[in-house]
Amino acid sequence: MDLAFFLIQLLNGLQYGLLLFLVASGLTLIFGIMGIINLAHGSFYMIGAYLAWSLSSMTGSLTAAILIAIPLTVVLGMGLERLLIQHLYKRDHLYQVLLTYGLILVFEELRSVIWGDDVHGVAVPALLSHSIPLTENLSYPVYRLAISGVCLLLAAGLYFLIQKTRLGMMIRAGASNREMVQSLGIDIKLIYTLVFALGIALAAFAGMINAPLSSVFPNMGGGVLIICFVVVVIGGIGSVKGALIASLVIGLAETFGQVLVPELAGMVVYFLMAVVLVWRPEGLFGGRS
Amino acid sequence: MRSFRFVDYLPFLLFAALALFPLVESTFYTQLLTKILIMAIFAMSLDLLIGYTGLVSFGHAAYFGLAGYALALMGPKYEAVSLWWSLPAAMGICAAFALVTGILILRTRGIYFIMVTLAFAQMLYFVFHDTKLGGGSDGIYIYEKPLMKLGDAVLIDLENLNHFFWLVLVLILLVYLFLRRILQSPFGKALVGIKVNEHRMRALGFPVFRYQLASFTLSGALAGMAGYLAAVQYGFVNPEILSWHQSGAVMMMVILGGMGTLYGPVIGAFAFVLLREFLSNDAWTGIFAKHWQLAMGVFIVLVALYLPRGLAGVLQRFGKKPLEEADDE
Repeated sequence: MDLAFFLIQLLNGLQYGLLLFLVASGLTLIFGIMGIINLAHGSFYMIGAYLAWSLSSMTGSLTAAILIAIPLTVVLGMGLERLLIQHLYKRDHLYQVLLTYGLILVFEELRSVIWGDDVHGVAVPALLSHSIPLTENLSYPVYRLAISGVCLLLAAGLYFLIQKTRLGMMIRAGASNREMVQSLGIDIKLIYTLVFALGIALAAFAGMINAPLSSVFPNMGGGVLIICFVVVVIGGIGSVKGALIASLVIGLAETFGQVLVPELAGMVVYFLMAVVLVWRPEGLFGGRS
Repeated sequence: MRSFRFVDYLPFLLFAALALFPLVESTFYTQLLTKILIMAIFAMSLDLLIGYTGLVSFGHAAYFGLAGYALALMGPKYEAVSLWWSLPAAMGICAAFALVTGILILRTRGIYFIMVTLAFAQMLYFVFHDTKLGGGSDGIYIYEKPLMKLGDAVLIDLENLNHFFWLVLVLILLVYLFLRRILQSPFGKALVGIKVNEHRMRALGFPVFRYQLASFTLSGALAGMAGYLAAVQYGFVNPEILSWHQSGAVMMMVILGGMGTLYGPVIGAFAFVLLREFLSNDAWTGIFAKHWQLAMGVFIVLVALYLPRGLAGVLQRFGKKPLEEADDE
C-alpha cells in the first residue's frame, strides 16, 4: 500500500466517520437527555437522502434542495415528538423500541408509496465536482473533503451549543434532573421537543449531503442505524465527545477493514464493540451508572 | 387445595382440538398453522427473557437463525439427517452461542442491552452474509428433510406435512410444560425477583448474573428449536432469517399477546401471523396488499401506545371477576 493510496483511505475513513457522527450524535443526545431509544433514527437519514434527491431533481440544485429540506425535517421531528414520542418518556424502553420499530415500517412504506422502490443517483454540485490529483492516476474528490469540512463545523457548533450557550445549559440540566429544571420555571417539554428535532435534523442532513456518494435506495437507513448503535455503545450513552471519537474509530476501522480484510469487513466493527464491552461496559466516555 | 379452574385445562383442550386439525383442513391451512406454532415457540422463548427476566433482547433472531444454519450445514447434502441428534445438536449450538454472547451482553443494562443484543445479531448476519460459510447472501437449500428412525422403521418423516405438524404441536406442548415447571420452581421465582428489583435480589445473596445467564442460555436454546423447525419448513436458509426485522416481529408477538404470561406469546403469534397474512393478501385488501407494512407499522405504534399488556391483558380484564370469586371460596 503506497502513501497516496493510504492517504485516500485515511481521508475516506475520516469522512465516513464524521458522517456517522452526525447521525450518532443525535441518537446519543436523544438517549442521554430524553432517555428515549429511537430505532427510527435511521429512517430520518433515509428521508433526508430521498428529500435531497427529489427536491434537487425539481429545483436542479442540491444546495437549494438541502435548504428547503432542513426546515421540513425539523417540522417533522417536532411534530413526531409532540404526537407520539412524548407519550413514551415514562414508559419502559420496551415500548420505545416497539413504537419506533413500527415507525420504521411506516416510513419505509411511505417512501415506497411516494418515491417508489428504485435506486437513484444524485449529482454532485458543479462547484465541488472536480478532484485533486495526488499521483498520475489517483485523485481525491473535493466533494468528500467538503463533507468532512461541513461535518467538522457542525461538530464544533454542537459543542458550542451544548457547552457555551444558555439553551445548552438548560439541556444539560434537563438531562440530569427533569423535575428540578421544571420547578425552576424552565419549559422542559419545549427543550425535549427541540432536542428531538435537532437530532432528527442532523440525521436527515447526513442523508442529504451523503446522497451524491451513496446514491439513494430503499432500506438505506437500517445499516446506518445499527452502525450508529455500535458508535453510541463504544462512545458511551449521552456523550457527544464519545460519539465523535467512536465515529472516527468506526469509520477508519470499516474503511481499512474493507481494503485489508474484505471478507471480514462487516464484522470488524462488532469485534471492536465486543472488546470495548469487555474493557469498559459503560463505553469510553459514559458515566458509571 | 385450589378449586377446579377451567383456565388451567384450557391449553390441553386446545391442544387436543389442534391435533385433529390436519385431518379436517387443507394442506394450506395446516402449513399456516404449523408456521404459527413455530413462531409461538420462538415468542415463548423471548418471553422468558422479556416477560420473566426483565431483559429486553432485540437480537433474538440470532439464535433462531443460527439453528437454521446449523441444520443446513450439519447434515449430509443429499441425504436426510436424523432428527434424533440434529435437533438437540442445533439447540446445543445455540445454547453455547447464547452462553458466550450472554457473558458479554449481560455486562450491560437497559438501553445498552437492547443495542448490544441487536449488534451481536447483526454481527452474525454479516458472518453469513459476507463469507462463503453458508452460501453468502443466497443462502443454502435443505434438500432432504430430517427423519426420525428407530432401527429401519421411519417413525417421523418431516417431508410429510401432517407428521411435521404433529411434531411441532408436541414440541410446543413440551416447551409450554417445561417453562411452566421452570417458572414455578425457585429458579423461576428468582428470575421474576430479579426482573422486579435486581439490587434487592443481589442484596439477598442471589448470584444475579448466573441466574440471568442461565435464562439467556435457555432462551437461546429454545429460540434455536423454533429456528430449526422454521428452516425445515421453508427448506432453505438465507441471511434474512437472522435479520433484525425477524427480531422486531417476534418482540411484537410477545407484546401483542401479553408478556409475562406463557399463553400470551402464543396468542400473539396467532394474531401477528394472521394479521400479516390478511394484510398482505390482495384478495382481501386489494391494492393495499402491496403496502401491507404501512398498516402493520401503524398497528404496532397503536399497540405500543394503547395495549401495553397485550391481548392477554384484555382477556384478564374481562375474565378477572369470576376467577377471583372462585379463588375466594
